[in-house]
Amino acid sequence: MTETLLTVRNLRVVYPGDDGDFRAVRNVSFTLGRERLGIVGESGSGKSTTGRAIMGLIARPGRVEADELRLGDTNLSDLNEAGFRRLRGKRIAMVLQDPKFSLDPVMSVGKQIAETHRHHFRSSKAEARHAALEMLHSVHIRDPERVYDQYPHQVSGGMGQRIMIAMMLIAGPDILIADEPTSALDVSVQQQVLAIMDEMVRSRGMGLILISHNLHLVSSFCDRILVMYAGQIVEVCEAGKLHEAQHPYTRGLLAALPELGHRRDELPQLQRDPSWMIDLPAAVGASA
Amino acid sequence: MSAATNETAVTIPDGWARRYAGLVRHGFGLLGSVLLTFLGLTCVTFIIGRVIPIDPVTAIVGEKATRSTYERVFKELSLDRPVYEQYWIYLKKILHGDFGNSLLTAHPVLSDLLHFFPATVELSLLSLIFGVCLGIPLGVTAATHNGRWPDQIVRFGSLLGYSMPVFWLGLVGLLVFYAKLGWVEGPGRIDVAFDDIVPTVTGMITIDSLLAGEDEVFWNAIGHLILPASILGYLSLAYVARMTRSFMLTQLRQEYVLATLAKGLSPFRVVWIHALGNVWVQLVTVIALTFGSLLEGAVLTETVFAWPGLGLYMKNSLFSADLNAVVGGTMLIGVVYIVLNMLSDVIYTLVDPRARARK
Repeated sequence: MTETLLTVRNLRVVYPGDDGDFRAVRNVSFTLGRERLGIVGESGSGKSTTGRAIMGLIARPGRVEADELRLGDTNLSDLNEAGFRRLRGKRIAMVLQDPKFSLDPVMSVGKQIAETHRHHFRSSKAEARHAALEMLHSVHIRDPERVYDQYPHQVSGGMGQRIMIAMMLIAGPDILIADEPTSALDVSVQQQVLAIMDEMVRSRGMGLILISHNLHLVSSFCDRILVMYAGQIVEVCEAGKLHEAQHPYTRGLLAALPELGHRRDELPQLQRDPSWMIDLPAAVGASA
Repeated sequence: MSAATNETAVTIPDGWARRYAGLVRHGFGLLGSVLLTFLGLTCVTFIIGRVIPIDPVTAIVGEKATRSTYERVFKELSLDRPVYEQYWIYLKKILHGDFGNSLLTAHPVLSDLLHFFPATVELSLLSLIFGVCLGIPLGVTAATHNGRWPDQIVRFGSLLGYSMPVFWLGLVGLLVFYAKLGWVEGPGRIDVAFDDIVPTVTGMITIDSLLAGEDEVFWNAIGHLILPASILGYLSLAYVARMTRSFMLTQLRQEYVLATLAKGLSPFRVVWIHALGNVWVQLVTVIALTFGSLLEGAVLTETVFAWPGLGLYMKNSLFSADLNAVVGGTMLIGVVYIVLNMLSDVIYTLVDPRARARK
């Protein structure tokens, strides 16, 4: 981790409700360099919301607050919608869960990739098409010319996700947020898509935030892991040292994983402790 | 079938043609279903003619005809033959465009329909253009401002359009814009002074007058057309806007909207290109059906505005038990629906790549 791409200090996302505010994300702090950072947690733990808050994609009436939210030299807290629009796709991009739903069904996939290029570089149709074809090639699509004219329903899930990656990386962002990028795919295709994503992120020297509920996947793929529970980061550890995790939630999750070769009739159930819900002390200064 | 498909794909090298080859094949299937529907329609109109409580012979010869006259006409109408034979004769006549004579106008029903229908088409088309050109943008705006004031206005306006009786709107419209303000022309299609100036080509006076280069006639016709078209247009606007709004709300919740925003596109482009592109798929049917109901159902409007169209013709025929005219008109409306459905099927495959790939 040589250079800090993204600094997040005490990020809070709040949804006002009838019986008080709902705090979806509470004082989340971390930094991201040119590395692969995993965020794990169960449904509703705030991991996706964290990713969307960084991209300025929290819809009203949700509120995003942070002591510091900095992308390189840009202070994200000061940005308005137009400012965020210049960053999205260009400096920070996002891959969503299921390409069946995250690609526009009535536009050819090539056009959708080229569209990102045209938007950010004000390029001509021919230039954008050329760049899109190159991008398709670099995500290992064998016949880019043919795929360019296909529609989302005509491509497989794995290919759809590669198209999604091409579409998001064509404008050369520094950071990619991958929100459950393989959860909707067949197991056999998951590794393939992850490998391509890894290759792209490494060769371009990008920072990657991989959001997943899959502990195994994150620990084998990422350099560092943040464990989230109820909107807070409860544990930060090196991916290789996950088995040394301290927090009872993480330990509980690890204990609940089945292992090859160790046959167990019953997997232990996670025993939740109400004390995990209590606010942890907010980060002071640039930390984590 | 799949072998044939592959062959088509291989022998046509041009990408565009290959993409639309499925469309051509789809077209043939469509034609088959259209013919079948048409046959069904002739059955229904035939049965209507038999079950309607009007004696077709008495309708022609009158109550006081002698027994021999009655029986002669009874035979002329082939009513002494078995039902299936009657249907066959009926079908043959229809295919020759022979719907019999109208009692009311004494003209062949077909020529009556050809005379009255263009007036309805003219009115409906302009109404539809109003409804679609305003209804879609309003519906989209309502959806993007869900719950805020622009949405409230559109929803209230739609509700008003839904619930206001058209004959009342028509009368008030005539009272205000014709009688008081004098902004528009009164009932009818055209002033008597302009009658029969332009030769009939399409039967739509606005188009015919333009073709003939008669500006004065054109503007007079527009003056007559504008008020009924606005009122019918308002009703279709209400429907189109409402449907667009609800389709758009569904689309805006889709993942691809988030993804296109994440690419950095402006909300304007996301809404009007991506989301609306998907809304069109659903709107095609709505617009086709709106047009259908405009063509068939302008009875009240045509009555209030003395508009000599299909609705008025059908109403008069029904009230005077003019069986041939009623059956002929029903037939025409049925054909209109078949054609509109066919058309929307074709347009559907153009706007939705998923429909194109099917079959």
